[in-house]
Amino acid sequence: MSTRIPLPYNAKVLELFRNPKNVGSMDDADVIEVAGSPACGDMIRLYLKISRRSGEEVIERATFESYGCAANIAAASILTELIVGKSLREAWTITWKNIADELGGLPPIKYHCSILAVGALKRAIRSYYTKIGVEPEWLPKELTVEERQTLEEEKMIEKLYGGYSIKITLPRGGSSEGTRP
Amino acid sequence: MSVKELLKLHGSPPREVYFDLENSGYVPREVIDAMLPYFNSTGYGHPSITHKPGWEAYEVIYETKELLKEVLGARSHEELVFTHSGTEANNLAILGLALANRARKGKIVVSAIEHLSVIHPAELAESLLGFKVVRVPVDGEGFIYPEVLQEFVDRDTILVSVQFVNHEIGTVQNIEELSKLVKDINPDTVFHTDAADAFGKFRIDLGRLSNVDLLTLSSHKIHGPRGVGALYVREGVKLEPVLRGQLSTEKLWPGVENVPLIAGFRKAVELAFNDFDGSVARMRSLRDRLMEGILSRVPDVLVNGPRDLSRRAPDNANLSFLYVEGEALTVELSLRGVYVASGSACTSRILEPSHVLLAIGRKHEEAHGSILFKTSRYHREEDIDYAVGAVAEAVERLRAISPLRRSS
Repeated sequence: MSTRIPLPYNAKVLELFRNPKNVGSMDDADVIEVAGSPACGDMIRLYLKISRRSGEEVIERATFESYGCAANIAAASILTELIVGKSLREAWTITWKNIADELGGLPPIKYHCSILAVGALKRAIRSYYTKIGVEPEWLPKELTVEERQTLEEEKMIEKLYGGYSIKITLPRGGSSEGTRP
Repeated sequence: MSVKELLKLHGSPPREVYFDLENSGYVPREVIDAMLPYFNSTGYGHPSITHKPGWEAYEVIYETKELLKEVLGARSHEELVFTHSGTEANNLAILGLALANRARKGKIVVSAIEHLSVIHPAELAESLLGFKVVRVPVDGEGFIYPEVLQEFVDRDTILVSVQFVNHEIGTVQNIEELSKLVKDINPDTVFHTDAADAFGKFRIDLGRLSNVDLLTLSSHKIHGPRGVGALYVREGVKLEPVLRGQLSTEKLWPGVENVPLIAGFRKAVELAFNDFDGSVARMRSLRDRLMEGILSRVPDVLVNGPRDLSRRAPDNANLSFLYVEGEALTVELSLRGVYVASGSACTSRILEPSHVLLAIGRKHEEAHGSILFKTSRYHREEDIDYAVGAVAEAVERLRAISPLRRSS
């Protein structure tokens, strides 16, 4: 099997993995965004219900679905807890480091889980404004570090998939990659 | 956070069942008792020094090799070399042969699903010593076809390495047929088989497998202690030591032999062969019960490796649970007292799951949801039934969180 790294998950991560908050889809969501992919082994789908209050867009409710490791589930759970009640502008300032800190720290190998969670949030905020046709002046044009790294992770898996040199068809229908004899 | 604190949160599940026998196993009391005297009351000396504790130590090495010779059908105890692990034995086989042939170089042929302790030394022989390494593809269940293998073997091939039983998916290769095929093409090609997962589960007869030159064994795969492996080296096959230093009784592996562990390995071999057929029948029936139980209770599960159970190792069940990720499943199952490993990439940043599962054509998302179970004679039927229930509940809980589900 692949490289193994011991994962001393802390109490908070383990607890949120066991009892995640705000799990599930949302029928009346205003925006739904995905970060990661099944091939990456990590994927978060984020649902946001947004309302306008005194000229600001506020996150009324947030739920998530997660396909991923224990840290991924915990990161998505804490993200939804953090953003409810926040304006989109406030939510935008949340970084992957905030999520990792809120979880009481993550092993470095799992940083990408909090990156993915924040990547999904930032995508959702962007697509909400695109949907309503508004361009807030505080929303940067260039991608944030979380959005860039999420994109990178998604692209890397495509490269791995496309990387095999030759395909050999075997007598009993199976097939596998190999190096040329 | 310390492991101790983590375990406080983990709680105590009603039952604990350990299936991760691929990665490490528990050591039964008899084996521990067989080791203990050699730490301080007998045979604690250096086996190649001429004093009583040394002679006693040497006797353990000699007798264990005699036992291995017998159960393997080797010709002499001198054909066995102890190393400190199966990984080291595989390194000795691949790099030891490459070093002995470094003047002429040539080709090293390995199957695509070999253990990494074969693949990585082969790659080192390529980058460091200038050999060419080729990987033979396997079919969707991990089988190597003779007609495919023969395309890869030629006059320049110094070594072919094909596992007897695959460590992850339990595929049993026809080593007799494959080794004969290799020798028919090139009698000088050395044939190595990593039998770490076959030993104690299949009768290995080196008299009949006369074309096998090198064969790897590992103690912890048969409930012996970790830290001992062995390489069978057929008389006349030339290897060079890989590690360098003061040689003791081993001519191919320097350093002081770990006699207490070798004594434990000897006991584990005795136990495995005491009631060989009964042991194997037991792990087979427990494995069948586990697989049937899970497959009948949990939908959307792929069997990785041979569907025909007669061509699969008797202890192996490797299943991919679609729509969930394997690392999360190992944590969830641990909380329920069921200890397993996954072929998921989630413990590695490079996102590359098990090379074995990819080589049999599994997609990344299928490999990510894979769980490996190995049964043994120490499991009880209640353990299996408990595990089936725990797996069904764990998968159901994680699927409820997952955004992925059956498209139909």
